[in-house]
Amino acid sequence: MEHSRSLGEPILSMDEISLSFGGVNALSNVSLHVREHEILAIIGPNGAGKSSLLNVINGVYHPSKGTVTFKGATRAQMRPHEAASQGIARTFQNIALFKGMTVLDNIMTGRTLKMRAGFFWQCIYVGKARNEEIEHRHKVEEIIDFLQIQSIRKTPVGRLPYGLQKRVELGRALAAEPDLLLLDEPMAGMNIEEKEDMSRFVLDVNDEFGTTIVLIEHDMGVVMDLSDRVIVLDYGRKIGDGTPDEIRSNQDVIDAYLGVTH
Amino acid sequence: MFYREAGQFKSSYAADQAAFPIAQDRIFIGIWLLIGFVAIPLLSNEYLFRAIFIPFLILALAALGLNLLVGYCGQVSLGTGAFMAVGAYAAYNFWIRIPGLNPLIAFVLAGGVATLVGIVFGIPSLRIKGFYLAVATLAAQFFMDWMFARVGWFTNYTPSGSIAVPPISVFGFEFDSPVRRYMLCLTILVLFAIVAKNIVRGRIGRGWMATRDMDVAAEIIGIRPMYAKLSAFAVSSFFIGVAGALWGFVHLGSWEPLAFDINRSFSILFMVIIGGLGSILGAFLGAAFITVLPLFLNQLPIWLGIEISTAMISHIEFMIFGALIVFFLAVEPLGLARLWQIAKEKLRLWPFPY
Repeated sequence: MEHSRSLGEPILSMDEISLSFGGVNALSNVSLHVREHEILAIIGPNGAGKSSLLNVINGVYHPSKGTVTFKGATRAQMRPHEAASQGIARTFQNIALFKGMTVLDNIMTGRTLKMRAGFFWQCIYVGKARNEEIEHRHKVEEIIDFLQIQSIRKTPVGRLPYGLQKRVELGRALAAEPDLLLLDEPMAGMNIEEKEDMSRFVLDVNDEFGTTIVLIEHDMGVVMDLSDRVIVLDYGRKIGDGTPDEIRSNQDVIDAYLGVTH
Repeated sequence: MFYREAGQFKSSYAADQAAFPIAQDRIFIGIWLLIGFVAIPLLSNEYLFRAIFIPFLILALAALGLNLLVGYCGQVSLGTGAFMAVGAYAAYNFWIRIPGLNPLIAFVLAGGVATLVGIVFGIPSLRIKGFYLAVATLAAQFFMDWMFARVGWFTNYTPSGSIAVPPISVFGFEFDSPVRRYMLCLTILVLFAIVAKNIVRGRIGRGWMATRDMDVAAEIIGIRPMYAKLSAFAVSSFFIGVAGALWGFVHLGSWEPLAFDINRSFSILFMVIIGGLGSILGAFLGAAFITVLPLFLNQLPIWLGIEISTAMISHIEFMIFGALIVFFLAVEPLGLARLWQIAKEKLRLWPFPY
């Protein structure tokens, strides 16, 4: 699949990242670059360190060694909310929506960092607080339209089927208007039709908003079709980095993960 | 068919985001305000004000405050009685040490003191959750009980340790009759309920609910857990502190530390759980259930003309009350507010099956 946009400079660089839990090395000396506007897929067997890598990027885990450079700023450690304010959003492998809240409220939480009205104005809900709610509602409604979930906007997310919950979670991440979007297995557990829809959304987000996307996915068909570049992890090490075609013919990757058709 | 939103078209986000977007809800609230502000003052007698309505209003305010913390932000607290005590004693000390201070300002200042104390005892919530946090807030309860009983300064060195205050007056207007006190409490409660509703439908409320439902995800989209939890403790304690000040000054008139002991904490937590966690209506329903039902059970044998000794009545009252709580929690763990929600969903269609 060809994209019309051009890839830019690296927006995110990870340099010699190591991460260990006790004696287990989740990541060892992983270096990678993510270029602006690209779709980068991370693949690898279970326990290879893919989710840990995402957790390092948005500050949930602090690497024991190495640096992360995002938009020109290098940092060793940061809190997740700081990553959020720098423009990194993500979805989770196991859906992490706010179950007691409606779809609308869930997506509105994605706008939190862009809202400014003070406590006092919120208490009386006039002036600034009210205007701000309405202004952000416009943006949220655009996302609801984009994801085609208009009919469920007032439904508590706990009542929605799995595929729609995944979509709402994507909506919540998009509401933050991120520069870098991390998707942890966005198509896990979906049927073919839902996967096609989700793939379309991922491509559209990339095309229309120019968002850089890093995704973890196990469905090789999806990975090879969507991504501009693929990185392969195995036992916390990077064993492959290249275009889908290069990865497909990389012998290390075939041995570790892809296998051969008999 | 009675609760249909069909035909109510909203053409702006402002209308859709109103506190009560559906006309029936607005009518319903209007009726309750009429009952509260007009019907009850005209129709009820002194006993009803003293025994039911004033305690109900004040405890509803405390339950509302606790519900913001437990129901919306998911932080369990057993220190409600302590924060009420802080409110009551702080109001007393402001009132006695600053001559001529308007009691309403004393109440607000007392709420401010309760807010600070609430934030201090909310700090453990940054590290611990659930039952462990409940135990940590229990420490607040025991500490405050001890402090107000033992440190004479707080009671202005009264020998008995109990405090008595005359009826309050604001700008020369005496709140000496039950109906006037009732109106004062009702007005304060309505104002606080509006504030609570506004907070929970805005950014801060969404932050609380997000922290409650999934704190890791909340932090990743930029909601700082520390800010969310401590702001919930602060706002909740302010509500509870004002409720405590009202309980002392308006309802009791004279009190000792026992008025705010652990039983008070439990009964307000029960109100929140029975009424419905995470629901403003729930705080009112729960407070009504807990304050009115015992009195109702107490009166029932008399109305039925059954001769039972008073001691027996109070025993039976406890048993039935306990059984009802268990029954409600078994049938509807999400509380009375959820029952009302289900009723509304049914009323949308009734009498048609679908």
